[in-house]
Amino acid sequence: MGFISNLIEADRMAEKKKAKPKIKTAGRANAAPMKKPEAETAAKSKTITKAKTKAVTKGPEAKGLTIRVCVGTGGLAAGSQQVIDTFHLELSARGMKSAIEKKCVNKTGCRGFCAKDVLVDVIVDGDISTYQFVTPEKVVRIVDEHIISGQPVDEWLVGPDYHTFHDKQTKVLLKQCGQIDPEDINAYLNIGGYEGAKKALALTEFEVIEEVKKSGLRGRGGAGFLTGLKWEFCSMSKPTPKYIICNADEGDPGAFMDRSVIEGNPHSVLEGMIIGGYAIGANYGYIYIRAEYPLAIERLKIAIAEATEKGFLGKNVFKSGFDFDVRIKEGAGAFICGEETALIASIEGKRGMPRSKPPFPVNKGLWGKPTVINNVETLANLPMIITKGSKWFSSIGSEQSKGTKVFALTGKIKNTGLIEVPMGMSLKEIIYDIGGGMEKKNRELKAVQTGGPSGGCIPASHIEMPVDYESLMRIGSMMGSGGMVVMDNTTCMVDMAKFFISFTQNESCGKCVPCRIGTKRMLEILTRITEGKGRESDIELLIELGTDIKMSSLCGLGQSAPNPILSTINFFRDEYEAHIKEGRCPAGVCKALRQYIVDAEVCKMCGKCARVCPSTAITWQPKQKAFIDKSKCVKCGACFEACPFNSIL
Amino acid sequence: MIENKCEAILEKHYEKKGSIISILQDVQETFGYIPEDAVFWFAERLNIPASNFFGVVTFYAQFYLKPRGKNIITACCGTACHVKGAEPIINRMRADLAIAEGEDTTSDGQFTMEKLACIGACSIAPVVIVNKKVYGSMTPEKVSRMIKEYEKSSPR
Repeated sequence: MGFISNLIEADRMAEKKKAKPKIKTAGRANAAPMKKPEAETAAKSKTITKAKTKAVTKGPEAKGLTIRVCVGTGGLAAGSQQVIDTFHLELSARGMKSAIEKKCVNKTGCRGFCAKDVLVDVIVDGDISTYQFVTPEKVVRIVDEHIISGQPVDEWLVGPDYHTFHDKQTKVLLKQCGQIDPEDINAYLNIGGYEGAKKALALTEFEVIEEVKKSGLRGRGGAGFLTGLKWEFCSMSKPTPKYIICNADEGDPGAFMDRSVIEGNPHSVLEGMIIGGYAIGANYGYIYIRAEYPLAIERLKIAIAEATEKGFLGKNVFKSGFDFDVRIKEGAGAFICGEETALIASIEGKRGMPRSKPPFPVNKGLWGKPTVINNVETLANLPMIITKGSKWFSSIGSEQSKGTKVFALTGKIKNTGLIEVPMGMSLKEIIYDIGGGMEKKNRELKAVQTGGPSGGCIPASHIEMPVDYESLMRIGSMMGSGGMVVMDNTTCMVDMAKFFISFTQNESCGKCVPCRIGTKRMLEILTRITEGKGRESDIELLIELGTDIKMSSLCGLGQSAPNPILSTINFFRDEYEAHIKEGRCPAGVCKALRQYIVDAEVCKMCGKCARVCPSTAITWQPKQKAFIDKSKCVKCGACFEACPFNSIL
Repeated sequence: MIENKCEAILEKHYEKKGSIISILQDVQETFGYIPEDAVFWFAERLNIPASNFFGVVTFYAQFYLKPRGKNIITACCGTACHVKGAEPIINRMRADLAIAEGEDTTSDGQFTMEKLACIGACSIAPVVIVNKKVYGSMTPEKVSRMIKEYEKSSPR
């Protein structure tokens, strides 16, 4: 548990700034602050005081009291462990030890809205009140006023935006994350956990595969291949033993749904693996997970130990005669290992380099044996498909993309976090209804980047488009693992393209020439454009290079690496041209192209720029517009970032 | 010294197939980096060419052939962090720690600075991790203050 305790340190600095509760909420019906009849409240507090004086060993019965604290990576960084500790401390100081022993304080996984962490649910007799930005200091008042006196602290409750964020979502996969304790198998069993695996093991392998095929479930890791079909190919392969691998090497920068699912509900992934393993006839499963996710690894280890103890893993699973073992393999920091064949090489202890396909892993995979590799989110969908049936699953989503998809909504948007929506929801609904629109009021949406370094940008003009596999493909992007980074008019698209290609260039394994050298050349060209040294022919050259790399690379990494560039050229060609022909960065991001002059028409004379300037190049006096002395300016960009009105050009 | 520790690691992995990466992860956990001597020791005991080990070490970003600083400061450079301003933070870190271009560790071995593709804490971007402690919503000013505090607790 060493990792956890290390991770659990709070980010005090961020906390202090964020902890300004301004929104008072009426909440929705079941979350509304409960006003108890006075007599009842009085009676209750009376018993509590009574008990407090009387007993230390036997505290009052905290009937129906549950406190849920988010302990995802976001929650822990905001200090949720301290919040839990303080709850324990305060409750036991008030003689409520028995409530603690009954585990009234629950740890839960991420509920998606990390921007408002630490989020705490206080449930008294079924009435849920949710608090945001909770700190250890706030716990005392919550315990006194809400738990003891039955009067929720209104001003710290979540605002209406918390509800609009959640109401528009369809939570299937994330439903239990944020509700159950991820480190307790009983919590999962209480909500019907492992029923799917039990049901599947009572069916024949063929029936399980047919059910998954009928559901229309497609791989959530990127390409969107039909899961049932993949299983069928593998089950038809003769050689044994077979393997099932859970791909938790979530390398896409800007995506964290797999981490949250594992951290919030690890058993759903294990259950999916049991179902998959049974269907294809594999007795061994591997979970290949990034070492950058220490908390997820720890929770998986706990989950595997618990499931083994209950007889859900190991010999004779559910007394069905089926043996299934799961082992965790930690990655060592290589993005390419998310590619199937590279992942297999890495598990075998080799350099994680992909090989050409065919033979596909379903025929020749790990140790040369038939292997199915499924993404975390894909696997976590399976228990519900089996329990609730393929009809139920395929009723959600669009024509060709069934079910829900989890997206990591980040960037310059108001409500950052993890969301789950039915496939085919329009981008507009996602950004404005769930995301709450732009982070800063005076900025406008420019583009949304999906699919990480393999995907592309969707310009604001296409905001009405539905989000599913086909629509994203058509616009030159892709689903990828589900990162959704929102950009406003202060994001430079050329800089974004450069960012992604420098990432893929860095992560290219070097095996095939188009990817190894092609991405390097593209990066060089983009670098010179952002430095104002671009040439007239550069755009055409990028298009030509990009098309060639896509066609001739060995694996998915190279085949998709040019996407961010090609799609930004397609939609934002004018920005490239402004960089090359006018030596100007319209978004003002590319440092070399900034002029560092104050736009006198926009300047509001606030003086913020002068205060941050490290080289005293800015002269400013109250009620006077700022002026930048170019001979002193070192082009550090501090004034640019400080100006609230975008008046520095 | 090295032999004893390596022997203990070997015992854990002897029977398993494809354990080069797991062995190296344990070596790094034990020594803080991958000493060349340890690699040669394993190569001989397992009868696997040392080049295989070095191939793996240099392929994966997580293995280090050189000793690292006492405090490890990692800046996340994922998309969300990039969009929300990771670069000014990295520049400030480099300046505050006085780490020369092309180097990653301070001359006194107190701090190592590194970049990471994404730790998946995008909703609290930009993120900086110090010795596995996660700090969210960073700014250059906060980084400066944070570094000062670490310098105080481990004086140069």
